[in-house]
Amino acid sequence: MSIQKLFSAPLHVVNVGIEAFKDTCEKYSPPAVQVDWRPPVDVAPDSEAILAKRAAKIDKANQKVMEIILAGTPKLVGLDIARNVVPGMTEDTILHAGPPITWDRMCGPMRGGVMAGLVYEGRATTIEEAEKLAASGKIKYAPCHEHAAVGPMAGIVTPSMPVMIIRNEKFGNVAYCTLNEGLGKVLRYGAFGEEVTKRLKWMETVLYPVLKAAIAHSGPIDLKNLIAQALHMGDEVHNRNRAGTSLLYRAIAPSIVATCANKDDAVAVLNFINGNDHFFLNLSMPACKATLDAARNVKGSSIAVVMARNGTDFGVQLAGTGDLWFTAPAEVPDALYFAGFSKADANPDIGDSAITETGGLGGFAIAAAPAIVQFVGGAAGDALRYTLSMYEITAGESRMYQIPALDFRGTPTGIDVRKVVEKNLVPVIDTGVAHKKAGVGQVGAGIVAAPMGPFAKAYDALAKLLK
Amino acid sequence: MNTVGRVKQGFYFDSVTLMRVGRELSGFPGVAEASVVMATEANKSILAMSDLLLSEFKKSGDQDLLIVVKAKDAKAADAALAKAEELLSRKKKPAAAGGTAAPAPRDVASAVAGLPGANLALISVAGRYAAREARKALDLGLHVMLFSDNVSIEEEVALKKFAHKKGLIVMGPDCGTSIVNGVPLAFANVVSKGPIGIVGASGTGTQEVTCIIANEGSGVSQAIGTGGRDVKDAVGGIAFLDAMQALADDRETKVILLVSKPPQPGVLKKIYALIRKIKKPVVALFLGEGGTPATLEQAALLAVAHANRADPVQALAHLTRRDEVLAAEARALVAKRKKTKGRYLRGLFSGGTFCAEAQVVLDGIVRHLYSNAPLGDSLKLKNAWKPEKNSVVDLGEDEFTVGRAHPMIDFTLRNKMILEQAADPDVAVILLDVVLGYGANLDPAAELVPVIQKAAKQVFVVAGVNGTIGDPQNRAQVVEALREAGAHVQLTNAAACKLAGLIAAEVARKNR
Repeated sequence: MSIQKLFSAPLHVVNVGIEAFKDTCEKYSPPAVQVDWRPPVDVAPDSEAILAKRAAKIDKANQKVMEIILAGTPKLVGLDIARNVVPGMTEDTILHAGPPITWDRMCGPMRGGVMAGLVYEGRATTIEEAEKLAASGKIKYAPCHEHAAVGPMAGIVTPSMPVMIIRNEKFGNVAYCTLNEGLGKVLRYGAFGEEVTKRLKWMETVLYPVLKAAIAHSGPIDLKNLIAQALHMGDEVHNRNRAGTSLLYRAIAPSIVATCANKDDAVAVLNFINGNDHFFLNLSMPACKATLDAARNVKGSSIAVVMARNGTDFGVQLAGTGDLWFTAPAEVPDALYFAGFSKADANPDIGDSAITETGGLGGFAIAAAPAIVQFVGGAAGDALRYTLSMYEITAGESRMYQIPALDFRGTPTGIDVRKVVEKNLVPVIDTGVAHKKAGVGQVGAGIVAAPMGPFAKAYDALAKLLK
Repeated sequence: MNTVGRVKQGFYFDSVTLMRVGRELSGFPGVAEASVVMATEANKSILAMSDLLLSEFKKSGDQDLLIVVKAKDAKAADAALAKAEELLSRKKKPAAAGGTAAPAPRDVASAVAGLPGANLALISVAGRYAAREARKALDLGLHVMLFSDNVSIEEEVALKKFAHKKGLIVMGPDCGTSIVNGVPLAFANVVSKGPIGIVGASGTGTQEVTCIIANEGSGVSQAIGTGGRDVKDAVGGIAFLDAMQALADDRETKVILLVSKPPQPGVLKKIYALIRKIKKPVVALFLGEGGTPATLEQAALLAVAHANRADPVQALAHLTRRDEVLAAEARALVAKRKKTKGRYLRGLFSGGTFCAEAQVVLDGIVRHLYSNAPLGDSLKLKNAWKPEKNSVVDLGEDEFTVGRAHPMIDFTLRNKMILEQAADPDVAVILLDVVLGYGANLDPAAELVPVIQKAAKQVFVVAGVNGTIGDPQNRAQVVEALREAGAHVQLTNAAACKLAGLIAAEVARKNR
């Protein structure tokens, strides 16, 4: 554009800074736009210049990554026991949510989950025994994410637990997730005791075989399709899974009836699913995991393939930085708390469920879920603004997952760490909040801003790689 | 006294907004002092000087907002803190709260994506971030006006070279004024469209010539600011020369007017070479260089004469007659006043170029002229805060503005100095500039009138009101209010300086 050309066209100003200047421009030559500017994030001094110089290479890598993410076709293809299928699962392995962590740094709910897992496995008979074993160094703790798995809240996976198998048909990779236990005293919030063990045993001996037979009968369930429908029905598939659960129920109920010889078991399984609005969370999560895992290890890409929290740290992985974790302390959510609880009771952010946001769902799709807007400020407009703001930090839009209230615009998908850092805008996560004491359970829910630290570190690391 | 404060992490507001909030807090019942600033090192050192740097502030950084209130008791302090939160949250939640308004874009790139036809980025963030934003805007093919100061000369050169290569212009850094396609940008006045194109390396200089042109019934095609440093050899006049060429090529521009302090030799040579190539009349004012035009007023009138195809000599002759009228007025005013004290003039300027023009005008009218920004034969003030003999002070210089908003917005400091100077037994005349237009204080009379009323009892107060009838302040009302308060008002800075100088000379003669 020459200066001459500026004189001959209407002036349209992008204003960065003093807002009064924009008002004048708007008055004399509308429209003008005000940038909601923030000081840049503290990163290594040469990172921005390096990434700017390599922008073409990064953009190309990101394009490849986005193509993989958008083309993913996650399907529920079956169930099995973790030890049989989860890669690297040994008898001493316990998988957990979030980035790697040692026993001494685990938060209350995660420790509770580990101990409950050891009792469930029969490795200990009392909690004291379980605690001793957990701290002994004998148990190998590893992130679910490093074993092609994800788990909500504490995310504990032990060898005997049944897992659902989600296959990304397009790319052939597989992801695993345990079955959702429902509410009340549950392991994922760190509860332990007889009730917890009993339910886990029932899931292993009744729920698992019934579902396994049913899925074998129904054939693969197309999760991408179910999620897309669920979004049109008011779910964002992180904090609200009522529609997804209902759709799944409709999809498999006939097969359960057809394959389960024991009528009492069939009724119990159907009632269990029907009574747990979050049953589908354990499918929306691995659906995102299977989709995103296919996009790992694309050299130069700045797109996040993992956001996960272990209740102590918040971790991020990029498609372009291999298996490296970038972490910072997880924050205590500023959420909406249930009656009788407050922020003082809350555990720092926990769970692999932020994989939904990483995949363009959850908080990124909150505009699709007006029923839960009380978690985000009370008005439907607030939910819309959250979703709209996430387009600022994403590389693309979903072709399949749409927001009706935005005229069916695809959800913001593919978090670009460059945009997060350079715009100083972190992803929003629509999450449940766990009590900091093991086993108390959920105490609130709401929108949580991811900490900037992991993104700043990932940004610097990518710059270093591309230097 | 109770001093309480809060650190708000990860909040950002522009300095003008924070100043407004701070000022509103200071007027809150029981509050002695209040400050709302971003936690930069500079701001923290200012807080420390006024004993407002609470211990909890020490660890805060650039991205944190500090609120501190000193009040007569804890209750008043807490109430003020709550008020601060309310003011800031109101700011953050526009009228659309609850509605479905899209969130504002977070950077230039997303702003451009949502604004088809975007062609200029106006950047006024803190200097250390400004070059980064300007670079992004240039990358996206936008012209840039860089209002921010404190951008290094290396960054300025790099940006301007890059822009030049892309056929873009970077106005600034430290560019206060431009008018592009009739749109007043940053600190600018409302003037009609017309035949005169301006290239200005001085913000208030550009404001003054555009106002005079409009007040004379002519108009402005474009006024392109370049920032004062552009005409230094280190920058090489990149923006200045590009703007000249653009105006030369512009069909609406019939006359080109250049306004700057004297460029450095290398740049001056290039400007002259380009003037020779341009086929349109070019009026050049390099303020302080001598010759004709010597003042902003002369330069503007010459440009108007050329635009009207009138005789430039006649235009200047008209000024000579005007000056005779001013001389008569000065004699009459001094004769009419029963008691006159002192003999010196003290000019307190919010516009740097007005202070420079004052020195040109006053040269030969008063002797022993001092300034903190001396020009020509003027002497350098030892201490800008303590004017001596005949002095003109530029309150926009760094010694006055660190940690404070520009004196065109915030009158507090100058009001204090007006009263101090009026009380000085040696002072006979106080000279002020009152800049109107966008960006400037929107109600200058409200703050100036009580001060002028007091000062006018002790000394002559002369004010130049620099603006147009289209400006948002309502010039007629401002002039009327200042006159009623006791000021002698002129509508150009040169005329005000002349009148003030003549009065000072007359008083000196009388009291000799």
